[in-house]
Amino acid sequence: MKSQTLTYREALRIAIEEAMNADERVVLLGEDVGNYGGCYAVSKGLSETFGSNRIIDTPLSESGFVGAGIGAAIGGMRPIVEIMTVNFSLLALDQIVNNAATIRHMSGNQVSIPLVIRMATGAGKQLAAQHSHSFENWYAHVPGIKVLAPATVADARYMLGMALKDPNPVMFFEHVMLYNESAAIPMPEDCPDMCSALVRQTGTDISLVTYGGSLPKALEAARQLAQQNVSVEVIDLRSLRPLDTGTLFRSVEKTHRLIVVDEGWRTGSLAGELCALVAENCFWSLDAPPIRVCSEEVPIPYPKHLEDAVTPQVAKIVEAVLGLLKQEIVS
Amino acid sequence: MQTDISKKHTDINKIHMDIAHIKFLFKQMLRIRRFEEKCAELYTQEKIRGFLHLYIGEEAVAVGIMQALKPEDAVFGTYREHGHALARGLSMDKVMSEMFGKVTGSSRGRGGSMHIFDVEKQFYGGNAIVAGALPLAVGLALANKMQNKKNVVVCFFGEGAVAEGEFHESLNLAKLWHLPILFVCENNGYAMGTALAISESEQHIFRKAQSYGLAAHAVDGMNVVEVESAASQYCNSIRNGDGPCLLECKTYRFRGHSMFDTQLYRKADEVDEWKSKGPIKKLKRWLEANDKLSADELIEIEDEVAAEINQAIVFAEGSPLEEISDLYLGVYAEEES
Repeated sequence: MKSQTLTYREALRIAIEEAMNADERVVLLGEDVGNYGGCYAVSKGLSETFGSNRIIDTPLSESGFVGAGIGAAIGGMRPIVEIMTVNFSLLALDQIVNNAATIRHMSGNQVSIPLVIRMATGAGKQLAAQHSHSFENWYAHVPGIKVLAPATVADARYMLGMALKDPNPVMFFEHVMLYNESAAIPMPEDCPDMCSALVRQTGTDISLVTYGGSLPKALEAARQLAQQNVSVEVIDLRSLRPLDTGTLFRSVEKTHRLIVVDEGWRTGSLAGELCALVAENCFWSLDAPPIRVCSEEVPIPYPKHLEDAVTPQVAKIVEAVLGLLKQEIVS
Repeated sequence: MQTDISKKHTDINKIHMDIAHIKFLFKQMLRIRRFEEKCAELYTQEKIRGFLHLYIGEEAVAVGIMQALKPEDAVFGTYREHGHALARGLSMDKVMSEMFGKVTGSSRGRGGSMHIFDVEKQFYGGNAIVAGALPLAVGLALANKMQNKKNVVVCFFGEGAVAEGEFHESLNLAKLWHLPILFVCENNGYAMGTALAISESEQHIFRKAQSYGLAAHAVDGMNVVEVESAASQYCNSIRNGDGPCLLECKTYRFRGHSMFDTQLYRKADEVDEWKSKGPIKKLKRWLEANDKLSADELIEIEDEVAAEINQAIVFAEGSPLEEISDLYLGVYAEEES
């Protein structure tokens, strides 16, 4: 069968459509998901197909409709809740952290919450300091929820369906710079489990670990470094909670070096957690200190040149890799 | 605003309440009262720790509301939910065991006083974030509606919750989506130590609900018959597909907010005045005045309640703590459902 080429956005839409066709318990609710077609046009046309009873436009009440999604999941539905952007999800933080993440454990394992909460995340669209942040790590801090960050079109296509089959609350982060990416879609059996990290490119000199919107940048950096005879292994985490530490450790034990690229702020970042894990578990395999390439610690500014200066860019990643290797030669 | 129960005799007839049922209501309230008095004692003995928010004085609300529900209806309580749980029919053994933090507790002892859950009884907590359960209740009602179930969802909350955005978001969603849900506001006059008059511009909570288009009114929350009657009417209307309702129950807690409360914010006179019109006292007075409760009968009821409580304590005392090796059980579901 000839593989289909889709954009990341289309892949998400098809995944939602497929899930809704397969299971009538699946509904989509969120701000402007219906008549408007979704703020990033992911759900465009779904309202016509499934009607307003299953594609539900909500008022601007993040806490209310995320909580309603949790309650509907408790009541036997399989809701997908869309939040326009990660910054707005903070209005629903109470429901996500105090209810979705806790109720199963707090109730003595009685209550199931099969729910997917999708949202756009990250910088790059010049949307300034209230629409561009990367708070995935805040959610990945919390036991009781799973946190996914599909970085490829194939993962957009298949991980959403896997998230919907999962009996746990799953946070699903879609980086804004990925929506227009396009690629050929593999067969579903070629898409591994949603909680496994993937080696996107094999290499021997250094492990470049990243996720979401930073993956294309890491791959481009690896391509440029190859021209300078540096062999980079690129790992895409895909799931930020749980973390596939096995894949991470195996790679570092092979390359002996780690750089983590993470669009979150450095202090308290997921990158910091990965470096700590590697330091604790692979210390004797390391030939160099683990390094973080993160966002500068300022709110994301509007002008393009400043926005680019804040977030990790290809040149910055290349520089970090070369700097680490050079440091070793010097020492 | 206060209604003398004797004047509600016509209401009693209207909903076909017989004396046996009224005595049942009396006993239910007494169970909760005596249970909690014992809990306070056990707290000072350090058998129960953490926060303990007593419902003493407010029993008529939980007991009255629960009479209107069917087993398949769902209940969301607050962190002051011992009364909700017992009135809903959770076993006192399991509730007491939960207080003791034992594995035989309704939530394996993990939740304690504030997080009593029992899915079999459709009892969904026990939520200690003020107003945090309202959106959940709305969601469950949405699920019921989507699955064409005729069940009612009842969500309890205090008047303090109406200052939270989630109250307003939830009422709006419930009306907008025409959901089968009954909101029950237990207005005891104080959000911890903050009086309603210094926290709300509109102090009639039911009017806030009316502004969202819900059928809503206030009742004397110290009068169990009045609460049951109003709840039954609302639940009938909800089951008929008439959409969400809110019942404001004017009540009072006789004890502090929790066991740590020194009650600097209210006068002893005020507490005494409310105690004189307490729900149990009021119903007992009515039963006695109408020769429906003999001294012997009262002793019998008290004895039965005491026996149930003693048994619950024996059960809790004798129950094991959860194994530490089970700590991670239920952080995530073990298999796909």
